[in-house]
Amino acid sequence: MTALDRTRLLAIARKEVLQLRRDPRSLLLAFLLPALLLVFFGYAISWDVSNVRLAVVDQDHSERARALVDAFRASGRFVIAGSLERTTDLEPLLDRGRVRLALVIPPRFAADLDAGRTAVVQAIVDGSDANTATIALGYTQAVVQQFSAQLLFQTRRVRLPITAATRIWYNEELASRNMIVPGLVAVIMMIIAGLLTSLTIAREWERGTMEQLAATPVSRLEVVLGKLLPYLAIGLVDVALCSLLGVLLFRVPFRGDALFLMGASFAFLVGTLGLGLFISALARTQLLATQAGMIATFLPGFLLSGFMFPIDNMPLVLRLVTYLVPARYFLVVTRGIFLKGVGPDVLWLQGLLMILYAVAGLGLAVRAFKKELG
Amino acid sequence: MRLPERFDRVLELVRKELLQVFRDPRLARLVLVAPVIQLLAFGYVVSTDVRRIPTFVVDQDRTQASRELVESLTASGYFRVVGRSERPRDLVEALDHGRATAALQIPRGFARDAARGAATVQVLFDGTNSNTATVGSAYAERILAARALRAGGLGRRPPVELRERAWFNPNLVSRDYNVPAVMGLLLLILSLLLTSLAVVRERELGTLEQLMVSPLSAAELIIGKTVPFALLGLFEMTLITTVALLWFRVPFQGSFALLLLAGLLYLLSTLGLGLLISTVSNTQQEAMLSSFLVIMPTILLSGFMFPVSSMPLVFQWLTLLNPLRHFLEIVRAIFLKGAGLGALWPQYLALLAMGGALLSFAATRFHKTVR
Repeated sequence: MTALDRTRLLAIARKEVLQLRRDPRSLLLAFLLPALLLVFFGYAISWDVSNVRLAVVDQDHSERARALVDAFRASGRFVIAGSLERTTDLEPLLDRGRVRLALVIPPRFAADLDAGRTAVVQAIVDGSDANTATIALGYTQAVVQQFSAQLLFQTRRVRLPITAATRIWYNEELASRNMIVPGLVAVIMMIIAGLLTSLTIAREWERGTMEQLAATPVSRLEVVLGKLLPYLAIGLVDVALCSLLGVLLFRVPFRGDALFLMGASFAFLVGTLGLGLFISALARTQLLATQAGMIATFLPGFLLSGFMFPIDNMPLVLRLVTYLVPARYFLVVTRGIFLKGVGPDVLWLQGLLMILYAVAGLGLAVRAFKKELG
Repeated sequence: MRLPERFDRVLELVRKELLQVFRDPRLARLVLVAPVIQLLAFGYVVSTDVRRIPTFVVDQDRTQASRELVESLTASGYFRVVGRSERPRDLVEALDHGRATAALQIPRGFARDAARGAATVQVLFDGTNSNTATVGSAYAERILAARALRAGGLGRRPPVELRERAWFNPNLVSRDYNVPAVMGLLLLILSLLLTSLAVVRERELGTLEQLMVSPLSAAELIIGKTVPFALLGLFEMTLITTVALLWFRVPFQGSFALLLLAGLLYLLSTLGLGLLISTVSNTQQEAMLSSFLVIMPTILLSGFMFPVSSMPLVFQWLTLLNPLRHFLEIVRAIFLKGAGLGALWPQYLALLAMGGALLSFAATRFHKTVR
């Protein structure tokens, strides 16, 4: 039943290719989607918080107060979006989201400093976007701390006994695109591959061509492999395309071995395509298969792979779930190859898991695919 | 006489469409359960709070002072030590394998140098996750600077002190900001996917002809093909709001009626888009891929996870054409700020305009294909 005959296998693959060619728009989308996503992520989107709109309420009007405001301006993180006299004027600005942060310098700011007392300035932040607010507050603290330290060193002529030299490895300029592009290669593959095959068997059921397929002598393994091959080719082209775009267009470093990347992608794609076929064989209607495919690929791919949200931050239950998400391991491989330049000597465990996933995906698809009608 | 008859016909089609979804118990379960699962996952995962950074420590000094330095890092809760060694080589390996995201290297003679006032420690970050590295390195520097001030006998209050206050979300809980927004995301995915298959399915299965020879007018067909999914969408919205309030205990300051109105206007756009895709697609596969092509940029350029203000100007303008952006602004303002129509009317108007335009464009296209 699971015998493998090359002619029959290739015949199924040819049929699938023909069907794909007759649907050129789907084929175009399969290549367009990854490229488009990459461009969006590369150009439009970043975690980096910049140009924080800041309102200043300067109630002191002193040289010192202006120096503090200048320190904010000079940091390059803030845009001074308004100067106010009273704190009550802040409310409409924050309410309407015109400014994200307000700095209040109290009336006796310079006097306190000159008298050697601690001067307190206030930062009011729009907390509704907690992430941006946290980062913006971090910038504010840094500016104030530096301003404060400078004053201290000017007046007391001391220096800090311990200094921390911070260095960033692998992504020296801390660009979020360097984090996103290699991750995106993994996530896109998870989604595209899953979506592409999730309809192929359900389609045969829905159109009634399953009966024809059942009447032929092909085995289950031949059908599954035959349906998988054309999409595997598409997926591999997609990986190469994404990597090339990332390196050429977005200047993401590629420090590892391209061949190793293709090998790992091969195994990962086989597993994910198999998963898609498994969903398709179980669903039998395309309506169900689209919904199930979306949940099986989109959710784990984006959320549980560590693509954007660090796994360390998740609650224990979800952290355990991520061990079952193959994209998690593939992500380690792509980031390792792109940014760290490491090879199989470091990534062997992930590679092994990829192969295991490929076998499991194929096995599931073959088991779920039944030629018997009714 | 004419009107009730028409009404009956549309009702019948709505019934048929809902039946098609619920006839398959697996699909029914998926449509009902999946949003809850996704909301839970989003609620717990979508957080950019940086905590518990796995840290590797190379302490070559092994003195009281060096241990205290490590202690001050871990005591903050932002760092946890996952490995210790005295050889810098182990540090490289830990970062290479991804076992640690940060590393602290304290050189030999640290305690002696610190007493003389000139010690340096090395802090390393794996920049692969740029967000964690940015936020984490800021934490590390702040903690170490505070430690240095204390070690230098400057532990008294600094000349300028910062007092912080956060409005609208005083504890800066990112979940309160993200969970309401997930509603917009899930509504988009569900209603767009379902609607986008509605017409093309009939075409692929050859039942579109049957519908065309039936006495249903094009307008009635459109209503029949969108209303069921609007109903499902509104149901889902209620479900999500309930879970957000009862499970995640997200504060709700505004009005439920306004929220429902926003959902309705937002659904106009998603249904219009779905119908348009369904009309121009030849196969369900094409419709699914096209939906995905629409869904992804819509999510990415909405301000859901990536603030609009950080985008290049051109993309910021583009987001104005994104219904999800306006819907998210409404939802967040209603949940967190308790805002009313006085502040939010531009967003409501934008949703109405976009939904109307999309739906009527889809309807004209649909009209042409059917005739």
